Amino acid sequence: MSQRQVLQVFEQYQKARTQFVQMVAELATRPQNIETLQNAGVMSLLRPLLLDVVPTIQQTAALALGRLANYNDDLAEAVVKGDILPQLVYSLAEQNRFYKKAAAFVLQAVGKHSPQLAQAIVDCGALDTLVICLEDFDPGVKEAAASALGFIARHNAELSQAVVDAGAVPLLVLCIQEPEIALKRIAASALSDISKHSPELAQTVVDAGAIAHLAQMILNPDSKLKRQILSALSQIAKHSVDLAEMVVEAEIFPVVLTCLKDKDEYVKKNASTLIREIAKHTPELSQLVVNAGGVAAVTDCIGSCKGNIRLPGIMMLGYVAAHSENLAMAVIISKGVPQLSLCLAEEPEDHIKAAAAWALGQIGRHTPEHARAVAVTNTLPVLLSLYLSAESSEDLQIKSKKAIKSILQKCTYLPALEPFLYDAPPNILKHVVGQFSKVLFPWIFRNTSAESGQLPTTY
Amino acid sequence: MATLARLQARSTFLAQQYYFRNSVVDIFRKKEYDAAVKIQSWFRGCRVRAYLRHLHRVATVIQKCWRGYLGRQQYQLIVKLAFCSMKMNLYNAMAVRIQKQWRGYRIRKYCFNYFYYKEYLRAVSETNDAIREALEEFAEMKEREDKKADLERKEKKKGYEARKMHYLLSTKQIPGIYNSPFRKDPDPWELRLQKAKPLISQRPKVKKISVSVSNWPAYASPQVLPQPKILPPIDRKPCQGPFRDITEVLEQRYKPLEPTLRVAEPINELQAAREELRKQECMRNIHDDMFLPFSSYNKNKKYIPLMHSSSKYGPDSYGSQHFRDENPTKWLCNKEIKEDKI
Repeated sequence: MSQRQVLQVFEQYQKARTQFVQMVAELATRPQNIETLQNAGVMSLLRPLLLDVVPTIQQTAALALGRLANYNDDLAEAVVKGDILPQLVYSLAEQNRFYKKAAAFVLQAVGKHSPQLAQAIVDCGALDTLVICLEDFDPGVKEAAASALGFIARHNAELSQAVVDAGAVPLLVLCIQEPEIALKRIAASALSDISKHSPELAQTVVDAGAIAHLAQMILNPDSKLKRQILSALSQIAKHSVDLAEMVVEAEIFPVVLTCLKDKDEYVKKNASTLIREIAKHTPELSQLVVNAGGVAAVTDCIGSCKGNIRLPGIMMLGYVAAHSENLAMAVIISKGVPQLSLCLAEEPEDHIKAAAAWALGQIGRHTPEHARAVAVTNTLPVLLSLYLSAESSEDLQIKSKKAIKSILQKCTYLPALEPFLYDAPPNILKHVVGQFSKVLFPWIFRNTSAESGQLPTTY
Repeated sequence: MATLARLQARSTFLAQQYYFRNSVVDIFRKKEYDAAVKIQSWFRGCRVRAYLRHLHRVATVIQKCWRGYLGRQQYQLIVKLAFCSMKMNLYNAMAVRIQKQWRGYRIRKYCFNYFYYKEYLRAVSETNDAIREALEEFAEMKEREDKKADLERKEKKKGYEARKMHYLLSTKQIPGIYNSPFRKDPDPWELRLQKAKPLISQRPKVKKISVSVSNWPAYASPQVLPQPKILPPIDRKPCQGPFRDITEVLEQRYKPLEPTLRVAEPINELQAAREELRKQECMRNIHDDMFLPFSSYNKNKKYIPLMHSSSKYGPDSYGSQHFRDENPTKWLCNKEIKEDKI
């Protein structure tokens, strides 16, 4: 046979391999095919193709592996057990950018399922190579490496610490400043995942100078980017007063309030989460939020969403009102109480109702003025019915009982107390009657003691 | 005598009287003695009593003075105490007054300043209103921007479609589909088509031409070397006369070359492509020696003729010496074809 024909055989084989690997990669994009592929033993076929001579086949094989591992954790475990990871990590350091992207994608797909798999990735030394990839010129490679690091750091504090120890944080902060929006998004999400576990990790992120860059990017019009940035800032601010103060010093107010008017629901949710995390630490921080007009903005935001999106806003109002009576009065004049009672009445979920009940309790417990402001909106019967109904969860019952008790102990607004006399259980009825006596007794004493001698002063 | 008679008459009486008077004295001697004793004892008693009374009086005076002295002492003490307590009460009352004023002032100024509180709440509600307005404005502005962007996108798309469908423009002879003669006004698409510039095929995109010796014609093409953009000169007075607009002229004059396909590709494109392919293969190979077969049977290559033109007696001349049929009418017959009756 001629030389050409021999070469033709090799060419055919190469073509066949390329076709196979491209078809597998394409099939792996659809979830219904993956079961069939798994049963056909695709993993063992793809593994040698990773070491193929032709770079295109290597890259496509890595891409196919990544897509398969992305789908469920059995396949990801198969990737780990098949000792593919060390080979990937080794070749990550040397190959071209397409291969790096595909390999980083595989690492991300494996690492996202469970902490054990992420630990396996860390154990085979992938973190250093991923951090080296973060320094690459190509933005696609940086994106893939940043998302892999983010998924690894998401699971628990040890893994986050490992990511930080590999020196990823300064590079991620550099990635945030890059012009590509997708890269910014992923870097912000990775920083958010790192800083959410503990105050030390958040401090590390802050020390790398992340807050200033994150705060600048709040003005960016892209909604997904805003989501990630607000989430990152709220994860930083939630740990301690100092971190919250640093976030506030980056002059996020009143820009953050514009995010509460965004069309994207999750941007609104993350913005109200950020404001909640700031306001919950000290009365001074809550004061700052109130002075910037945050309470009105959050109240409007609560009014414009439904469901779980509202929850951080409701909790924020509760935290602000809990600090002092001036702040509770500020919440009342910002029309927070009608909004909260609306939430209490119309939300189907129990945990949101419990949060609304808690917030109302915090508002109404300070002085008779506050209790009157809460009672006037006719929420007390709603709270009572929630406490008494058998369908409410235990948490909801406890919270509504506490709210009723704390409001009733200060309430002197009699028309709101009257319905309670008819259908309240005895442990609440005693408070109601006590309040009635507090209001009525001085009146009786004043009006009858002059004529008919001294009434006994003990009652 | 008379007196004697009287005396004698009265002598018995006198004797009686003398007896009586002596006996009376005796009769009453005890009485008188008792009386005298009584009187004397009474008088002595009176004297003693007087003396006692005197003593009493004197003792009373002494006691009175002494008691007065003691009482005055007590009284001074009491007065002192009363005075002190009155003073203290006064001081307390004044202190209470001061404290009352101070506490009221302190609470009103520092702990719960009602007016400041009211002012603060008013300021907070004003800030809230301002923020609400600002946010609404922001939301409106965003919506307007979004709508504008949307409209622009739609316009661009329609413009692109109009450019692609430019051939549907109506001519003088044939009214286009958007300019039906039965309509009062032409369809807005017609106007858009009129305004649109016809879309010619895509200009060859400026490829990133790698600098290599093999593609020297690329140096000649105008896209490689950076062209300075020629702007129309400033402050040129429009020339008098029927001249065209200067920008149009310059645009036409400096229109970049759009060569035809034959000219755009270098003449030895095919050769260059083959060289490129050969070079790539060369790159992939581990070494440049060709894979030589084991035996040199290529030298003993025997020609294997076609089955069609070979027979026992050697090759057929058809196919190598002549290509036409020797007798074309060999297979023809004059009989008519019988049709099968179905």
